[in-house]
Order: sequence, then C-alpha cells, then structure tokens
Amino acid sequence: MTADPATFRFVSTNRRVREDRRFVAGRGYYVADVALEGMLHVAILPSQHPAARIVSIDASAALAMPGVHYVLTGDELAAATDPLMNGLDTPKVQRHPLAVGQTRYAGEWVVAVVADSRALAEDATEKVRVVYEPLPFVINAEQALLPDSPPVHPAHGSNVLLDRTFVWGEVEKHFAESPRQLAFRVTWGRNSTVPIETFGVAASWDPWRDMLDVWASIQMPKYPDQIARALRIPANCVRVHQDVDVGGSYGVKRGIKQTVLVAHLARRLGRPVRLIEDRLENMRGGDAHGPERIFDVEVAFNNDGIVKSMKIRALDNAGAYAGRAPFQLGKPIGAIVGPYKIESVQYRAQSVTTNKAVQEAVRGFGQSPTNYAIETAIDKVAAATGLERIEVRRRNFIRKEEFPYLIPSGSSYDSGDYHTVVDKVFAHIDFAAMEQERDRLRASGMLAGIGIAACLEPSGGNSSFEPLLNEKNTTTTWMDSCRINIDGLGFVTVTIHNTSSGQGHETLVSTVIGEVLQIDPDLIRVVRPDSLACLPSNSPVGSRMAIMLGGAAFHAAQKLKTKLTRIAAHQFGLAEDKVVYASGGVGDPKSNRQLSWIDIVNIGHRNFHLLPEGMEPGLESTHVMQVPTGDRLPENGRVQMYPCHSFEFHVVLMAIDPVLGKPEIKRYVIGHDCGTVINPHIVKGMTLGGVAHGLGAALLEEFVYDDEGHLITQSFMDYLLPSSREMPKVEIVHHCTPSPHTVFGQKGSGESGYLGAPAAISAAVNDCVASLGISFNKLPIRISAIGDAIADAQQGKPQQQAK
Amino acid sequence: MKVNLRINGVNRTTELEPRKTLLDALRENFLLNGTHAGCEHGVCGACTVLIDGEPVRSCLMFAVQADGYEITTIEGLAPAPGELGVLQDAFCETHGLQCGYCTPGMILAAHALLQTTLTPTRDDIVEAISGNICRCTGYGQIIEAVEFAAARLRVANTPRPQHDGLNRELPKHAAPTEGLLEAEKGDQPVAEAK
Repeated sequence: MTADPATFRFVSTNRRVREDRRFVAGRGYYVADVALEGMLHVAILPSQHPAARIVSIDASAALAMPGVHYVLTGDELAAATDPLMNGLDTPKVQRHPLAVGQTRYAGEWVVAVVADSRALAEDATEKVRVVYEPLPFVINAEQALLPDSPPVHPAHGSNVLLDRTFVWGEVEKHFAESPRQLAFRVTWGRNSTVPIETFGVAASWDPWRDMLDVWASIQMPKYPDQIARALRIPANCVRVHQDVDVGGSYGVKRGIKQTVLVAHLARRLGRPVRLIEDRLENMRGGDAHGPERIFDVEVAFNNDGIVKSMKIRALDNAGAYAGRAPFQLGKPIGAIVGPYKIESVQYRAQSVTTNKAVQEAVRGFGQSPTNYAIETAIDKVAAATGLERIEVRRRNFIRKEEFPYLIPSGSSYDSGDYHTVVDKVFAHIDFAAMEQERDRLRASGMLAGIGIAACLEPSGGNSSFEPLLNEKNTTTTWMDSCRINIDGLGFVTVTIHNTSSGQGHETLVSTVIGEVLQIDPDLIRVVRPDSLACLPSNSPVGSRMAIMLGGAAFHAAQKLKTKLTRIAAHQFGLAEDKVVYASGGVGDPKSNRQLSWIDIVNIGHRNFHLLPEGMEPGLESTHVMQVPTGDRLPENGRVQMYPCHSFEFHVVLMAIDPVLGKPEIKRYVIGHDCGTVINPHIVKGMTLGGVAHGLGAALLEEFVYDDEGHLITQSFMDYLLPSSREMPKVEIVHHCTPSPHTVFGQKGSGESGYLGAPAAISAAVNDCVASLGISFNKLPIRISAIGDAIADAQQGKPQQQAK
Repeated sequence: MKVNLRINGVNRTTELEPRKTLLDALRENFLLNGTHAGCEHGVCGACTVLIDGEPVRSCLMFAVQADGYEITTIEGLAPAPGELGVLQDAFCETHGLQCGYCTPGMILAAHALLQTTLTPTRDDIVEAISGNICRCTGYGQIIEAVEFAAARLRVANTPRPQHDGLNRELPKHAAPTEGLLEAEKGDQPVAEAK
C-alpha cells in the first residue's frame, strides 16, 4: 500500500457519483439513442425447433415487401465471416451468428431481415418461409452426458466440451482419515443478469476509409479484435465508440454474434444498420443465459465440525455452443475452498452441450453457484455434528494472522478478517434477539428460520482460468490503462478505455487522480475515446475496476505529479526531494518560494528552455497496469487467480406463511469487507443490487425449458425479476481489511451481494421448513414449490424433489 | 396519420402510423430519448411517462391515444438546461441509480407520488415504484432518494399538494410558518451514506 488512509481527501468520502447527473435528466447516451443518417433496422426470425435441419429458406415474399432491403441467411454469413471465437480447444464446435445447416436450440437466430423500420422488418420476418426437418434433441445435462444422447454438434462426436478432474492435495488420504463424511446434491437453476436494456448494436461501413464504426451496448474484453477476426478485416479498421452508455450488463453484454451480423449487413448494404434486440429476442436467442449447474459434493470432516477435504463434481449445462460457459467452471477454482481452511479438494468440472440457449458471463463468473454448494456443505456439516452453523464456520475460517493464505488450488488470498466481520454483524443484529424473533414468529403459526452464508469475492480479474482449462492459451496479462493530459490552460482530461454499465468509472478515476494530484475531482474531465485511440484495457469484468482502472489512474497521476515536481524543483535549482508538492503547487520550504499549478503548466506547455534536460514538453502521462497477480502460467493444475479477496457475511431472517408458501424476508444484514472503499455510494449500490440479483436467483428467476425443448419463461411475466416489493431493506455492516496488493488497499465489490445471497436465502428457506422434515436442493425455490412441499409434508406425503 | 400531442407543456404535431406506440413516437418522432424501451410488454416500467400526472406505460399505449392529454416525459422535469429538479437532485445525492436506464421511469413514478403527498411512508414509496424494475440498485438508494426529496420539498418554499392524495391527513404545517428558502434546512447529507 502506498497511500495512508488517514490522509485521504476524496477517497472513501461522501461524494456524489458524477455520472448520475446526466442519467436523472434522461440524458444518457444509449445505443438506441444513436441515430445514423440512412440507418436500416434488423429483425430476427428464430428457430421454432430445438434441433432441426434447415431444408430450405424462401425469402421471396419478404423481399417483395416495400421497404424491405435484405434477407440474410446463415449460409451467406458463414461464407463471408469466420466462426466466432471459442475459448476452448474444440474446433468442431463452431458457432455462427445465424444457424448454418441446422438449428441447435429453439430461439436460435436463423434469418435476419433488414428494412426501413424495425416494425417493417418484423412484419417481413413473418413472410419468410423456412422448411425444417426436426432432429433429435437433448435438454438435460445428465442425459447429454450419456453416450447414446443426440450430439448437439455431430462433428464434435459427443456433448462433452470439458471434463477435467483436478486433485489438489491428498484428498483420498484425508477422506480415509476423516471420521465423518457426507454427500449431497444441489442444483443451480439457469438464470442470468437480464439487464433492463437489451443488447443493441449499430454499425456503419465506410469503403473509402476502410472503416467499420460500431456503437454497442457492450461490456466485452477484446471486442474490436473479435469483430475484426470474424469479419476478416484488419483490427485497425474497426472503431468501437466507447462513449455509449450501457443500460446494465453485470457481465452478460458480450454481443459478438449480434455485432458480426450487423457489421456484415452494413458492409453488404452500404448503409448503417442496427439491431436492438426486443425482449423476446434477448431472452430466447440473445445468447445471454447464465450457468445451470448440478453439484455433487462430498465432505470429509470430524466431530468438531472441522472440514478436512471436499470433492466437488460440477456438471454445467452449457447450451448449444461453448460461449463462456466452460470458463465459468474455471474461475471458481480461485476460491474453491471459500473462506475455509479446507486442506485438499478434488474438483471435477464438466461442461456439456444441450439444445438450450448459449451462456454468457454472468456476475461472479460461476462463483455464485459454487458458493451455494460450499455454504450448503457447511450447513450440512453443522447439522451432522449438532453444532451451530455459525460455530462451524468460525472453526473453519482462515484466521486473520494466516494471510496471505495459499489455498490448495494455487491461489493466495491476500487478506481478510472473517471472524471480526462475523462478530460485528452479530453485534449489530443482536443475534439472540433475532432468534427470539424467529421463535415468536414460529409461535404465531408461521414457519420461520434464519439463513447465514459467508462468501469470498475474488476481484481484480485476470484470466488465469483460460490457460488452466486450455493449454494452448498462454495469456498472463489482463491489463487496464489510463491516460491523463493537463492542457495548456491547466485543465485536466483523463481518458479511460472501456464502456461502463453503471459502475461509475468516471467517478472512480476522477476521485483517484484528484487524491493523488490534490486537486478537485469535479474539475477533472473524463472521456472515453473510440477504440482506435484507446490504450489496452480489458473492460469491467471480474470485479476489477477499482483495482485495475483505479490502479492505472493512480500510477498515471503519480507520474504526472513527479513531472510537475521535477519541473518546479528545476526552477528552484533544487533536487526533487527538497521540494514539497501540495494541492497542485510546488514549494521550497526553506526559501518559501512557490510555484503554482498554472505556473508549472505554463512551463510545461510553453517554456522548453526551462525544462530539465531530456524532459518531454507537455504534461501527459499514461499507465498500462498489469494485474497484481496471475502473471504466470499454471503448473500442475494450480494457478494464482485474482489478486484480491473481499469477504461478505449474510444473515437472513425469514418467515413463510404455511398456507401461501410465500417466503418473506423479515431482516437482511450483510457484513461487507472490500478493503478501502473509494466511493461509499457506489459500493453500497453494488452491494444492495447484488443482493437483489441473488434474491432473484434464489427465489424467482429461471430460464425454464419444457420437454419439447421450448423456453417457457421468455417474458417478464414468467421470468420474474425482483421488484421493490420483494426486496427487503438491507442493512450493511462495514469492515475494512486493506489489500496489500493495491494502491489504496481497495478490493473489488461488484459481485458480493450476488455471491452470497442465494446461499443465505436458500439456507433461510430450509431453516424455515426443517421442522417439517423437508428441504430444497434446487434454486430457484419458487413459492409454488414451497407451498406444495409444505402441503405434502403436512399430509404426510414424501417430498418430491426437483430433478 | 397526423397527430397532435401536448408534451411537456408544448403542443407538438407529427405524422405517424396509427400502430405506433407512444414510446416509439416520443423517441423517433419527437427525439425525446429519455423514455426507454425495456420489455415492451408493460412489465418493467422503463418507458413510464405521465399522462395527466399519472404514470403510464408508453409501450402499451398508441401515440394516437395520447391525443388530448398532458404528457410529461423525463425531459419535462428539469427546470432549465443543466439544472435539476429537487427529486432528480435527490437521486444524485443518494446515488439512486447505476446504469441509468430505468431511472427516467423511476423518477417519473416517484414524481407522481410526490405530487399527491409529501409525507409518504416507506411502504408508499415501495408501492409507487413497484411497477418499475431496477436491476442495478436493489431499490434501497432509490427509496432513500424519494424520502430525501420529500423531506426537502416539505421545507421548501414551493407549491405543494393541498391534500394528501392517499387520503390521509396532512400535517397542519408541513413547512415552518415563518418560511424558509428552498432547501436551506432540508439539504442535509444522508446519514447512512457515510
């Protein structure tokens, strides 16, 4: 750590989020607000079949409609573009924006129609005749594993995309030595982040400048590179405009298939083209679903509740193409033991294709389902040993003095103080009073219970899981960058090189730079140049921006501060260490000579003859920051993943009316330690929003397919997002354990609520119904399932568990 | 067909197809981009506008149906270019948003509530925004924003509802009788933001 928290002027203080002003006035600039002269509009015809051979496509009636410009098929697009990038080494699992030869899930995009207006394009899709020959299909991941299941990609030979077993430590020995063992299965339902803004992209092609201009609702590392690759054009012919505001993403807005489709059309037609997904296209065929995962867990422990070893088998239903699904099995390896001192782990990661929509990266990148499995294991150990759930956690937590702590899978946790966070939360709650309240609710005829869950949030995202799961991938950097320019009048402009989807990056960098240069952050302009003017950056994934963009801004500002100091010291004829930088000016404490900000700016911009020898004129600095850890390739199935590890501890008091089956959260408290907070409002919002997102995953949200392979939750009438009615008031208990790896001690905070809430809420439901001898082992736990299970239990029927 | 609409206090005329929604007409014909499309089936509330002061889903209404009504969009709430209304400013104070996409609809729904009462309970606020889905915030800071705006408006020297639209008794003197300049006392930092 290079900054002293006691001296912060702006960091950690109650300052407004500068982005908010334009949004409350309705003056955001979203992709649907981009109006290009002569722009055409795309609508999509999707497949009705989960798997079918495309026999023929007849677009003549559609093309005959006035105002319809073009009908694009998968064959044409596949001939003109390369398949979309596939992170795994599975070359026969090819993915194109439009289905080629056969469809692989109901809702997959088959034909794109281009017309003068979106409405007209939609009308025309109804006139396109596609003849299909239905093929056998598979929806269920376990069935997809069977040798006789219909392969989603026949050329690949099976549905297995990934099947890797890692053994870290002496698992079998520890299991053999442990007096107690238990095994269970939990299932994480297919949900996603489902932003309120769907994905959208507009593109235009200028053949005289060889330039593809792209405006998109995007949160995607290496986005321009992937567009260029697929379109077979040089990457410096792709200009992505990063000043587009993104209406929510939380990981999922990767839009590469949409972009390749639209970019091809823009080139083909010589007109700007845009596709703004409607909700149905987004839910059914936007390729934006999240993990769907079965966990088979075995735990070896002793009578004191100490967990020695764990075996996890995670079977993930990837959907029809590889997407990011397999890697979302990889990232949890960086925190595979959660906050616990589990000595050895066996982890089998299996990813299979099925005839469902494709997964994208979802908040936490697979960590939330894994936390649900780990926390369920701890609860079961408590039940088996008769110990309190919190006591088992306390006994297994890594202790404050044991950091940095190397976990069996090769990651070193940077810092933490889990016991103190838990103590603070319990003191805040008055846990005994909460138990009395639970008992009072029970006495009043309600089913009541308390759920607790701890979770780790690895943050500062690198991409170490890629080389871990694919030996051909040798990526060891996941940099982010910042450039600062002080102009000739002394005003500061900062460039950042990503889009934002609500994370407040402009506030982040202005706060950090204001802190270092000791100038008012509100006077700092922050801009996002187009991708051709950008420095290398990797977008806000993996809870990384406070660490990586904040770090890059810090170091760039330090370089500028050093330059300002050197210029001034040179005027005084002194060494740099003899002068003092304060509030933008530099003084000589001995002689009381002082150069103000504008004096130094003048010299930097206008007086080369006054600069120290060898110094470049102007006042500009850049910093390209390497992730503080993860700069080595994996060895023996072990790798250092993310540098920083935030900690959260959730406590939920719940009551269920046994007649309705409706869970009501009476109290929700979260202990939260993400190190040094840069902006308290942003961290609070991320935490609360994450809890709401996790509540959805626990109780409401699921992309459900019926036995015919059709998505039956494809609108907001069926796929239920938490409203203000479902969301309780959440109390946050703060703690700060700074990270030794970052400039202010900050860690990530974008995922915390979502990582712990599903486990905590599930535990609360199960505590509510435990007295009836029932439990739920699959998320989401819907009202209907709770009501039915309670009714069955009251009538003495055995519980029907989800498949 | 030709349609006359009164939007943010100004009479506007345009040509459009009868099947065009008010949402699309506001965005495409009148270039009022603050109204957002979220689900386009009337659930998420991102397209909320006020029709005669009542929150309405502009995605579920044809533009031609809005003829003869007072339409208020988010663009109509800012008192002047670069200047925020009290409620908008309150959303900035508590950070009652992140990505900003649901925000115009959320603010209009809350605005409608504060037109009927300046003493809303937490439950009143929760109810008023329950038809507007926010995926970013978990609603906590939105509710705080509305509470904060109500508190500021109660002590502001501005016109206020004469009756409680929720049919509850209004406090006899919402503002001190001696009068206060706008927000002089109301503009306290939110305690919980620390």
